[in-house]
Amino acid sequence: MSLATEALYFAATVLLILGLKRMSSPRSARSGILWAGAGMVLAVIAAFAFSTRGYGMYSPLAGVGVSWPRLGLIAVAVAVGGVPAWWTGRKVAITDMPQMVAIYNGLGGGAAATIGAVELYSGHAYSGPLAFPVIAVLGVLVGTVAFGGSLVGFLKLQGWMGTVRIAGRHAMNGLMLAAVLALGVASIFRSSPGVIGMPVSWSISFFVLGSFIVGFLATLPIGGADMPVVISTYNACIGLAVALEGFVIQNPAMIIAGTVVGAAGSLLTFLMARAMNRTVRHVWFSDFGDQKAAAAVGLAQTMKSLEPQDAAAIMAYSDDIIIAPGYGLAVAQAQHKLWEMVQMLQKRGVKVRFAIHPVAGRMPGHMSVLLAEAGVPYDLIYDLEEINGDFANADVALVIGANDVVNPAARTDKSSPIYGMPILNVDQAKQVLVIKRGKGSGFSGVENELFFDPNTQMVFGDAQRVITKMIQSLKEI
Amino acid sequence: MNGFIALYIFMTAAFAGYEIITRVPVILHTPLMSGSNFVHGIVLVGTMIALAEARGPLEVSIGFVGVAMAASNVVGGFAVTERMLEMFKSKKNE
Repeated sequence: MSLATEALYFAATVLLILGLKRMSSPRSARSGILWAGAGMVLAVIAAFAFSTRGYGMYSPLAGVGVSWPRLGLIAVAVAVGGVPAWWTGRKVAITDMPQMVAIYNGLGGGAAATIGAVELYSGHAYSGPLAFPVIAVLGVLVGTVAFGGSLVGFLKLQGWMGTVRIAGRHAMNGLMLAAVLALGVASIFRSSPGVIGMPVSWSISFFVLGSFIVGFLATLPIGGADMPVVISTYNACIGLAVALEGFVIQNPAMIIAGTVVGAAGSLLTFLMARAMNRTVRHVWFSDFGDQKAAAAVGLAQTMKSLEPQDAAAIMAYSDDIIIAPGYGLAVAQAQHKLWEMVQMLQKRGVKVRFAIHPVAGRMPGHMSVLLAEAGVPYDLIYDLEEINGDFANADVALVIGANDVVNPAARTDKSSPIYGMPILNVDQAKQVLVIKRGKGSGFSGVENELFFDPNTQMVFGDAQRVITKMIQSLKEI
Repeated sequence: MNGFIALYIFMTAAFAGYEIITRVPVILHTPLMSGSNFVHGIVLVGTMIALAEARGPLEVSIGFVGVAMAASNVVGGFAVTERMLEMFKSKKNE
């Protein structure tokens, strides 16, 4: 590797790590992705400038240049993958971003696996010490499993696939994994009849296919609500796969960036799971969501419904309002209207704050992103811990399309599947207004006694339409 | 690269990754996941090298698919992350 290439890779790696660091604080987050982007550009330039590896003494190909047609082919491949990704990435609705993260993530895992596959098929991986084929095989395994799993995550979040639970799946997955591991071991040795009686190129092929199926099957039974944790897990795995394959082709930028993502992603997975009051082990191996028919206890009362105009009047003449938004706000794309309404209330001298439950919406942080998009300033947005004590003093708690995160059963009802989850204490406000599309239950399938509370009034309808009507009435008051 | 040097790099980078995000607010969980997804897009570099050195139709085909997948990871990851984080711009914090 030439000095210039080394320097480019070095700068690229520093930028990628600093970018990630900056992305972990709200103030510098936006510049973070730009720094990381600059690092990526430098790394690609370095790769183009010097496309053969710094394999050192192990490389059978050191010093071989790349032909122009091959460089052209690389550029075509970049365009084939990059152009559609750019287009979909720019066009997709904010609410659909989680599944896009899942699919782009999975493709990265598949890409890491292809490096290992090329190294194994071509025989490069076998020309050095045993560590090389072992690590190449490991990278293929981790990358391909994560690819298969991320694909399922994408399909589920997109709503194209439900939760599938096959009887005896644990035993089946275990057997499948054992078979895949055997094929993986067979792929490590390039002896001519092959360790398990088939040519090594066959065992590699079956190994890749099997790894994909394992990832696919392992993710099938996991419910949609747990997908963020699952995707974050795969994100960390793919970081690891990238680092492993980076070792195989002796690329320090890949080793470092991949490892950093592997470590940061693992920690992030645990943080996310904790914010949702789940454990990572639980998400992966339990059957949460099976109890859809959870008992509807004590729901003899009826819901009280209210017209948007009346709800607007209540808010206009109160002093302190706390808004608890949820997925319904995201679905209705009502965040801009909501901010418009809040500004009108503020002009009337009403104190308005937003209470964000960590897992309101479909992904942790989903609501903050949405409100920020509408232009709501940070100082109006409060975390669960910051604001939960203030509900008792609030005149009105306005719940918009949120359900499980405001369900008091999580505090009191031990039999409830959501028992123990921290919730927003909206029920402690003097009055609760709930904007809700229909009378159904939340994502977890649990009925919400809050809606039947004598203190609660329901405003039924699509959040966007309801808030628009509220704005009209506020103008007239 | 000596095997042990690689191990040292691996260990140091793992600690770095862990330290980087120990104190991250919940509102940044999703953008950060997307951002780290973009960072492992560095795999693009490796797929380009693999395709550059591939010989024969099988290797070239796999290499081509690899570069295309990695390019989707990089480009899509950037587009989505940038859009999420754009919402945090020019807003005062704390």
